[in-house]
Amino acid sequence: MVNESRRKFLKLTALIGASITGLSPRKLKAAPKNILDKNRMGVLVDTTACIGCRKCEWACKVAHNLPTLPLESYDDRSVFRNMRRPDDKALTVVNEYPAKRQEEFPINVKIQCMHCDHPACVSACIVGAFSKEEIGAVVWDTKKCIGCRYCMVACPFQIPAFEFNKAIQPEIRKCDFCFQRTKEGKLPACVEICPMEALTYGKREELVKIAHEKIKLYPERYINHVYGEYEVGGTSWMYLANRDFVELQFPKLGKNPAPGVTEAIQHGIFAYFVPPVALYALLGVVMWINKNRKKTVEAE
Amino acid sequence: MENFMKPAPISKKFFTPGVIILTGFAVIGLIIVLIRLLFGLGAVTNLSNQYPWGIWIGIDVAAGVALAAGGFTTAALGHIMHKEEYHVVVRPALLTAMLGYTFVALSVALDLGRYYYIWHPLIMWNGNSVLFEVGMCVMIYLFVLYIEFLPIVTERFIGRVNLPGFLKVFNNPVDKFLRLLDRTLNKVMFIFIIAGVVLSCLHQSSLGTLMVIAGPKMHPLWQTPILPLLFLLSAISVGFPMVIFESLITSKSFGLKPELKVLSNLGSMVAPMLGIYLSFKIGDMVIRKTFVYLNEINIESILFAIEVVVGIIIPLRIFLSPKLIKSPVGLFIGSALVIFGVLLNRVNNFIVAYNPPYKFTPYFPSIGEIGVTLGFIALEVLLFRAFVMIFPIVSVPQYITPQTKFSVRGA
Repeated sequence: MVNESRRKFLKLTALIGASITGLSPRKLKAAPKNILDKNRMGVLVDTTACIGCRKCEWACKVAHNLPTLPLESYDDRSVFRNMRRPDDKALTVVNEYPAKRQEEFPINVKIQCMHCDHPACVSACIVGAFSKEEIGAVVWDTKKCIGCRYCMVACPFQIPAFEFNKAIQPEIRKCDFCFQRTKEGKLPACVEICPMEALTYGKREELVKIAHEKIKLYPERYINHVYGEYEVGGTSWMYLANRDFVELQFPKLGKNPAPGVTEAIQHGIFAYFVPPVALYALLGVVMWINKNRKKTVEAE
Repeated sequence: MENFMKPAPISKKFFTPGVIILTGFAVIGLIIVLIRLLFGLGAVTNLSNQYPWGIWIGIDVAAGVALAAGGFTTAALGHIMHKEEYHVVVRPALLTAMLGYTFVALSVALDLGRYYYIWHPLIMWNGNSVLFEVGMCVMIYLFVLYIEFLPIVTERFIGRVNLPGFLKVFNNPVDKFLRLLDRTLNKVMFIFIIAGVVLSCLHQSSLGTLMVIAGPKMHPLWQTPILPLLFLLSAISVGFPMVIFESLITSKSFGLKPELKVLSNLGSMVAPMLGIYLSFKIGDMVIRKTFVYLNEINIESILFAIEVVVGIIIPLRIFLSPKLIKSPVGLFIGSALVIFGVLLNRVNNFIVAYNPPYKFTPYFPSIGEIGVTLGFIALEVLLFRAFVMIFPIVSVPQYITPQTKFSVRGA
């Protein structure tokens, strides 16, 4: 409730702010692709089913031609001692959170790009190197990227990683939802290898239904929250868990799309170039008047 | 309109002890730049996947743009409001803006992972991106600043073109070209002057919108939808203090008498602007009820308090005092505090307020980052000194000026 009124207020202030700068917000056509196909795909992650075998980490590296140790080495559970984040060498990682009671299992959470429906990176990118594809994937184009890292500033999940130690052609690295594999009709590498079926790949619309059915069928197993259903306007990857997502280090986010009020402010200031041109004309008139007044004074 | 005061190149020894120290800083900075170019950003910066932007963006770019605001504010006052008495400060402010923006562009290029693709935004557009707008505006404004500076170059060389060796045959054509350029520029300059002010208003404000997209990652003391307005107001308020500050230092350094009357008049305009900025800043805080965060004593609340008290309220008091703005010391301290306040505000917005959700090591600039920032500032000061010695920028009393008049001007 509090959040609701706060959001309304923010919106209002943005409007006031925009109109003070001389303008009314209007939507311009977005340059980069942001297709929200009704049949876009997604993945439902059931954290209560994940056993932390980390086979998905291995499969991901193989699918993206990243250097990796042999699959057996992934049995080593000592990596769970530290919280890890995806980076330029691992596009997905699994973390473990200790059980609350003795008889329970620890919780494992796989992290990767959430593939937002209204991605902040797509909105922020200076050259439009990011795009939301029909299939649901948010992908990055190496041909455009200039390495400004504004996507990393913008991402609410802090996912894009940068190759800081490369002098030439450093890349922004993040999960691409196996864009190449899914194009060929294959499953994303992590989904394909998962032995516990903790990852369900399917149409996002149906996944939302499945998630709510699961919660209804096993109310003692899940809390009543599908993370990603509404967060930042909805994400392609969604999570089920048996405890509050904040305890699993998911950021607490509102329902508004991640780009937030920036696009409104931006298009307000630029509404079809009317405000800048108007300011230009106004200054021109002021300059002309002042110059002429000077002349008349001198003439007298 | 010939005035008692007239811009002229200053003839003094270039190298002084201070200059040699600055040269040292500049050389160190350039060496670090070379290491960054050879081994990547990771080699010299403390940037990480959690903290993608550091002081190269926060200070060199964001604060650099704000502190170059003297260029468009004096252009608006001198040319658009047509207040001729302020013409003596227009040229130094223009030079500062030109050098400032040049270094902003260099800093951006240095910070880009793929600096050699810096031209991409020219052909790959994203109208939704705030950074795209800032980038385009800064690029065009830099071009406008160079055009605005051209008449100073033509004034310096018309009638005095002296090319070495066999190039001598071109002396006459070059002189003719310069005269033509000067005449053309004279007629169309108003287009560029207005454009400069419009472009400045646009990108000074949009620089504030940049961090709005970071949403909950920004500390609520700074995260507000009116950030663009606050950025614009603070840029406008820091414009004249920057001009005053620089003018006082220049006259001190070259042993000239400060233009106290003009500077005091400029100073009298600072208080209203600072007042408006302060009222919006406080008003925003009250409306969003963010003052609750000032109850917690942490680095954010302390720096916010310093920014407002030392950077706005104290200088506001100084500039409100008719006595203080008539004294060089009062003007100097007041201006320095405003500059400090805006610099801190940009650092706060881009670095202190930015709280990524997964912090492994909190960000603090590395020696390499600080070295480059200091090196660039040193280089800027050195270039400023060199420019005022080569070009007619600083106004000096006529009797010690070398003759700079030529037939085209003053007609």
